[in-house]
Amino acid sequence: MLDKIKDFASEFFVTGDPLILGAQVSIGLSVVAIIFTLTFFKKWRWLWTEWLTSVDHKKIGIMYIIASILMLFRGGVDALLMRVQLAAPEVEFLQPDHYNQIFTTHGVIMILFMAMPLMFGLFNIVVPLQIGARDVAFPFLNSLSFWMFFFGAMLFNVSFIIGGSPDAGWLAYPPLSELSGSPGLGQDFYIWGIQISGIGSLATGINFIVTILKMRAPGMKLMQMPMFVWSVLSSCVTIIFAFPILTVTLFLLFIDRYLGAHFFTLDGGGNPMMYINLIWMWGHPEVYIVILPAFGIFSEIVSAFSKKKLFGYKSMVFALMSISFFSFFTWAHHFFTMGSGANVNAFFALTTMIIAIPTGVKIFNWLFTMYRGRIRFTTPMMWTVAFIPCFVVGGMTGVLLSVAPADFQFHNSYFLIAHFHQVLIGGVVFGYFAGLYYWWPKMFGFRLHEGLGKWAFWFWNIGFYVCFMPQYALGLMGMTRRFNEYDFDMGWQPLNVVSTVGAFLMGIAFIFQVWQIAHSIKFFKKEKDGDAWDGRTLEWSIPSPAPLYNFARLPQVTSQDEWWEEKQRIANGQPAKPLAPLEPIHMPKNSGIPFIMSICWFIAGFGFVWDWLWMAIPGLVGVAVCMLVRSFSYDTDYYIPVDEIERTEAALRGTK
Amino acid sequence: MAHAVSTPAGAHGGHGAGHGGGHHDDHHDQESMKMFGFWLFLITDVILFGTLFATYVVLRLNTDGGPTGAELLEMNGIIISTFILLTSSFTSGIAVLEMNKGNKRGLILWLAITAVLGASFIYLEVNEFMHLVHEGANIGTSAYWSAFFVLVGTHGLHVSLGLVWMIALILQIRRRGITPVTKRKIGIISLYWHFLDVVWIFVFSIVYLMGVM
Repeated sequence: MLDKIKDFASEFFVTGDPLILGAQVSIGLSVVAIIFTLTFFKKWRWLWTEWLTSVDHKKIGIMYIIASILMLFRGGVDALLMRVQLAAPEVEFLQPDHYNQIFTTHGVIMILFMAMPLMFGLFNIVVPLQIGARDVAFPFLNSLSFWMFFFGAMLFNVSFIIGGSPDAGWLAYPPLSELSGSPGLGQDFYIWGIQISGIGSLATGINFIVTILKMRAPGMKLMQMPMFVWSVLSSCVTIIFAFPILTVTLFLLFIDRYLGAHFFTLDGGGNPMMYINLIWMWGHPEVYIVILPAFGIFSEIVSAFSKKKLFGYKSMVFALMSISFFSFFTWAHHFFTMGSGANVNAFFALTTMIIAIPTGVKIFNWLFTMYRGRIRFTTPMMWTVAFIPCFVVGGMTGVLLSVAPADFQFHNSYFLIAHFHQVLIGGVVFGYFAGLYYWWPKMFGFRLHEGLGKWAFWFWNIGFYVCFMPQYALGLMGMTRRFNEYDFDMGWQPLNVVSTVGAFLMGIAFIFQVWQIAHSIKFFKKEKDGDAWDGRTLEWSIPSPAPLYNFARLPQVTSQDEWWEEKQRIANGQPAKPLAPLEPIHMPKNSGIPFIMSICWFIAGFGFVWDWLWMAIPGLVGVAVCMLVRSFSYDTDYYIPVDEIERTEAALRGTK
Repeated sequence: MAHAVSTPAGAHGGHGAGHGGGHHDDHHDQESMKMFGFWLFLITDVILFGTLFATYVVLRLNTDGGPTGAELLEMNGIIISTFILLTSSFTSGIAVLEMNKGNKRGLILWLAITAVLGASFIYLEVNEFMHLVHEGANIGTSAYWSAFFVLVGTHGLHVSLGLVWMIALILQIRRRGITPVTKRKIGIISLYWHFLDVVWIFVFSIVYLMGVM
């Protein structure tokens, strides 16, 4: 009996690696500490009623952001481990199989479990406030999206200490990801972790399209929407066309592995290239999905901190939409070298290059917005300014890669690695940081310490260039990706050491950010006014943090940058808009179903990973029961009475 | 507890009813928003099936020396089940007509007929799959059969989910009658049901007709 348990435990838990053992111990201790703290301070009920069951878009947004920052930490540690190995390959800091797992999880986590939730967090917090709405279109579905993302991410992450991590690369090409190439459980964790969170992302896409198209404040025309809202719309349109492809692709891979089908196998008539086409039909639009909202954030910030209307609004809208359209015609540039033929390669080279045109249009629009503006160099603005040269260089190296014949040289080299990190860090990460700094006061009602933010900014930026510029050179010197060792006589070591130093500088920058947040919480200074930055759009017209119902009265919109125009009108001596009488506000009730249903998904996924049908089937049944319970419940909303709104408003604005 | 706290007159029951004369409707007509959301969901389902069809078309000749569709597929049964599914789409249309007339009993009756037809379709499909497995074609036989079973089976899974959903709605109609909320729910399931019919026409043409030719 005891031997059986031992056998099971040695299969169940990942053993034999001191790094992972350390992680297991620290994860165990953290869990105990969290449970102890919650119990000691009697916070379980608070956690359940205020957060886990909340359908408030602002709270869901905050939970997304917390989760994504944790994932940034994990993905960042992965990156540092890889850089340590590559700086001194002779030390054998990481074994080859461990190295494979780390580059796989680094990629998956950074794109799907860091960038995506950070993006959804900002969507959630900002979009309803910017369009003058009281919530998203489907608050219940919104909560479900979050919890499915969360438990999908947890299912993926748990593979690190239980069962073993996936090691077939972030897009899991077959035959490596097939049973023949990855017989362990890691690949199954990959499939189910991404599948569950991917369905959540799809629902978010639908939710925000309906929110933006149907819930704008009275009077707000499409061409008066803030640019961030446009960018969210373009991103969500891309999501609903791209994510179903991912769902199918992962499902087919699962069927291959679980039922012995032959979609992508090398035997039985399967076609691995089928997978590579499908995964990139999702994967390439995916990188535009994460970058488009960053473009929206930069547009908001540039205009707010230059005190000018955004230059070229219509061309900006057109650029966003054409990027989301063309993103679906570029996927084959990921495998120029795999024998598609000259005509196919030429087509995809051209469509890839075309994307640079609307992107260039945007860059010029931002520059022209700053031109003759009264620029304030706050932290959000600094990230925006730093983004421009970084993204331009990253975009240009992208154009180099899109030249099909040249790509035969660059393919899978560190030149490529440097390119996509430059656009993803320089674009997405810088953009979301800018957005976080910009909207932080709106989220929490206090500002982040600017001085520490500037330290973090410089460490990030200098670290970025020190880390990735050498990698362009390494790529041209012939260093390719995905190996953990090279011989000293290749001459790559000095540049790799420099690159590793850069990575650690970015790690220090992250510590500065954590310090910045902790410091700002400790020396909490309440924002007296909701309008922290003298903003232009509607979210700055209400108190910070926004009350549950956001707007006591729905704003009447007559122009682009409505709040700015209103402030101008009042400054010019015109009377403020008359206040409509308060009315009871219709709000959704909190619900525990999304949380419970996502746990059921987690259980089902975990069961499939281990091939435990006794666990998977009850999990799926639980999902179905949750859906039926929801379908049968009609008592899902309530009204906030007028006197309660009056009290809340008086309390929030009383200190003014 | 529904709307116990100061429910404005007129907002009871349907949330889309709005409140107060002439004011902007602050909850944006939730029933029509849900309908719109469902249309968007259908777009994603179109892409999902589109991907499966593309996979099928790419892999249709990859039988790896095993049995082909032309050898094993039997058109007679398929024509019968096609007929049944098309009829069920028709009866679900009648159900909506009855609902618009305000006839609760007629609505339930025609929904029940639709559900019975849907269940017969699933029964025939399960029979067909068992027959194919018996003849030596299962999901692991070759890439062709993998693509066949997953494409046809995904459609069948959609129909089965639709059945559970439809039965749940029949129960809700019995309990609550025809309200703006149940009206929207019936509108959505009928949309879904017609959609599955359209998908089946493609399955019938591409998988079966082209498969046996």
